[in-house]
Amino acid sequence: MSTITMPPPDARILARAPQIIARLEAVLPDGTVIWDPEETRAYECDALTAYSCAPLAVVLPRTTEEVATALRICHQERVPVVPRGAGTSLAGGALPTADSIVISTIRLRDVLEVDTTNRFIRVQTGVTNLAVSAELEADGFFYAPDPSSQLACTIAGNIAMNSGGAHCLKYGVTTNNLMGMRMVLTSGEIVDIGGPVLGASGLDLLGLLCGSEGQLAIVTEATLKIVPKPEGARPMLIGFDSAEVAGECVARIIRSGLLPVAIEYMDDVCLRAVEAFAKAGYPKCAALLIVEVEGSEDEISSQIEAIRSIAVELSPVEFRSSRNADESLAIWKGRKAAFGAMGRLGDYLCLDGTVPVSQLPYTLKRIGELSKEYGLEVANVFHAGDGNMHPLILFNANAPGELERAEQFGADILRLCVDVGGCLSGEHGVGIEKRDLMTKQYSPTDMAIQMEIKDIFDPAWLLNPAKVFPLETSRCHREEAKKR
Amino acid sequence: MSNAVDRTPDVASPSSEAEMAEYIADRRDASTPLQVIGGGTRLITSNSGGGAQRLSTRSLNGVVTYEPGALTLVVRTGTAIEEIEKLLAGEGQALAFEPMDHRSLMGTSGSPTIGGVVACNVSGPRRTLVGACRDHLLGVRFIDGRGRIVKNGGRVMKNVTGLDLSKLLCGSYGTLGVLTEVALKTLPVAETEQTLAFKNISLNEASRMFASALSTPFEVSGAAFVSGSAWLRIEGFSRQVAYRRERLLNMFRQSEIEVEDVTASRRLWRDLRDLRHFAGSDLPVWRILVKPTDAPMVASALEALGGSVSLDWGGGLIWYAGEASSADIRRASHPGQALLVRRGTASDFKVFPRESESVSRLSCALRKTFDPAGILNPGLMDS
Repeated sequence: MSTITMPPPDARILARAPQIIARLEAVLPDGTVIWDPEETRAYECDALTAYSCAPLAVVLPRTTEEVATALRICHQERVPVVPRGAGTSLAGGALPTADSIVISTIRLRDVLEVDTTNRFIRVQTGVTNLAVSAELEADGFFYAPDPSSQLACTIAGNIAMNSGGAHCLKYGVTTNNLMGMRMVLTSGEIVDIGGPVLGASGLDLLGLLCGSEGQLAIVTEATLKIVPKPEGARPMLIGFDSAEVAGECVARIIRSGLLPVAIEYMDDVCLRAVEAFAKAGYPKCAALLIVEVEGSEDEISSQIEAIRSIAVELSPVEFRSSRNADESLAIWKGRKAAFGAMGRLGDYLCLDGTVPVSQLPYTLKRIGELSKEYGLEVANVFHAGDGNMHPLILFNANAPGELERAEQFGADILRLCVDVGGCLSGEHGVGIEKRDLMTKQYSPTDMAIQMEIKDIFDPAWLLNPAKVFPLETSRCHREEAKKR
Repeated sequence: MSNAVDRTPDVASPSSEAEMAEYIADRRDASTPLQVIGGGTRLITSNSGGGAQRLSTRSLNGVVTYEPGALTLVVRTGTAIEEIEKLLAGEGQALAFEPMDHRSLMGTSGSPTIGGVVACNVSGPRRTLVGACRDHLLGVRFIDGRGRIVKNGGRVMKNVTGLDLSKLLCGSYGTLGVLTEVALKTLPVAETEQTLAFKNISLNEASRMFASALSTPFEVSGAAFVSGSAWLRIEGFSRQVAYRRERLLNMFRQSEIEVEDVTASRRLWRDLRDLRHFAGSDLPVWRILVKPTDAPMVASALEALGGSVSLDWGGGLIWYAGEASSADIRRASHPGQALLVRRGTASDFKVFPRESESVSRLSCALRKTFDPAGILNPGLMDS
């Protein structure tokens, strides 16, 4: 069906499945281990739905100790383990193999400590991103990273993928907002790193773990930095009749010293779909920017004025700033509905390359040319302020060969991102989706040292198999690991 | 400890990345220990670190790319901070994490480099608002202890491609590799700033005041305390600063506050950043990271040992200058973590605090992977 291959399942593990499951069931509470194929099917894929494979079993622990117990048994049995949060990964980061056990953090749902005086919150990592902010709402604080999937996605997944979101232009991504964690190594050993202090006093293991895509450990608790809510926030819409001019506008806003909390970009393909779906009242134009600023009423109006004068010099098709809460909601409504709206047009692949902001106009132009060559339509909707692009390649999964063509087109776009000085993934992670493109961005030595780090944390190479590192690149390490 | 290392002839300084790689590979083969330095201005050696060959990045200098519109700077690690600051200032930008200049504190001369800043994750008073050096680091190139040239990250704001070694290298004090190139995020300098100076305030009162101020939406970008005075910095567009100042003055109307204008404020925070109040002596200086509400307890335990303390990062960072023993200081700092910054007369103190057994084992394994022969700043990070 597809161009990305996974290693064949280990027949010895498949043969021992009943014993392995029995061992897990013997020590974990009732209802923690799921192995009925009817039930494990719910875990066969994440949001990269083109790939699916039901695991051997699923473990749903409620405590760190249960995670440790499960990992210890899997380690003794040499069973691969696929860590999973809510399964919203767009990169196949939580795709199981047939011989693997999924350990999900979804039942680790306790908020452990809220400390607004020291400005942190400590949670189990199955808590959803939005629930963290909801917990802080009454105290006037919030948790800054806000991935589009924030209603469903968990802190565990956010840490694994170092998730960002629309507002990370000002507040940073997960790694900039993570102060400490409790993690479990494949051996079952529980390790605490960091805590409610500003910085590490030894090696920055926290920075290494964040974004490690479940390759090194399973994170069960997190201490997160919290931020006082701004007095107010207001978005504005700026429409342009060319992508280049919109890109120029982004660069000028950033140069000006203004620091909007978000600069989002939508192109005409996306705008048409969004209008049909959400009726957000967006202007008809080639490129639309949504820029949001924060502060007191007076601070907001002066920032809006400053951005208006930058935009006006570039002759926008439309400039419209929100005057009240309803208008703000309307402006964000379309952007937030964008992925859903695109889904109505058919199947799509959502890419995640990042380019230097100065390269946005060229990259958009080149994507347009590639779109014609491949005969597949592309919609662009992304975080322009930090160059994190999300081209959506539209295709029909039922048409033979079209998924493969879309994947090839996607690979070309990601190579383009690397060629202009960017990277394969800004916030979704490598997973399986970009695994085979890693050689484009990294030399064998660059990857060797990363794999040597995996050797330390996961000597038997059981965690999240066949992700991140191309199979050919990791073959040596995986074979050595089998001997451990 | 010798401070005058910067221009001594026994410092090796290869002038290209390839030469640096070759140099390190040769030392690996001979198991020659190396003391890795930039400009040598922040120098702290391991307590057994004598006799190592000094290796400096200072000849790897120059800007690779600077794109003000993309807020990114790529620079070779031997480049002087002064040169970078001048270049960025020309575009109205700066390194927002305002790295400390250690020269007055350490009594060193020479030219601090960006490589030294990144290797030690040097982060100034704006830490509470904008994060540390590591939060502004986008990518690195380095040579590990085997002489391999490695790159990680890139020059874009968001990058989750593969493991994040940039963060790991930042703050590794040269024990994992010798940085040759770093990519950093730059930010616009605020149009203006002012500082509220609280007079006749105790450390306990200052600590409570910091907690309130840092919980407001007014983006306080500095919160420090030195001997009976405390300061809050506010930055932004002039109308914004005026508004924030009035709101904060109103909040703390019971206190005795003077407002410092932009010129005085900039000078003040530069002095606080550089720990001028502990300059000009040879007492050991320690840097202790604590949960901010623990600051009063830890500070008073430290003061009871003799010596003096000051606070930065809203109380999350305690500086201590005094002669107490290493064991006493680490005990008084608990549950905070004490790091030795200026050795002074304390020749036998370990620099880094003790880690948990698990963390220590992982850290040792990482160092061994990056530097199997143990030639890069050997022993420096041992706890």
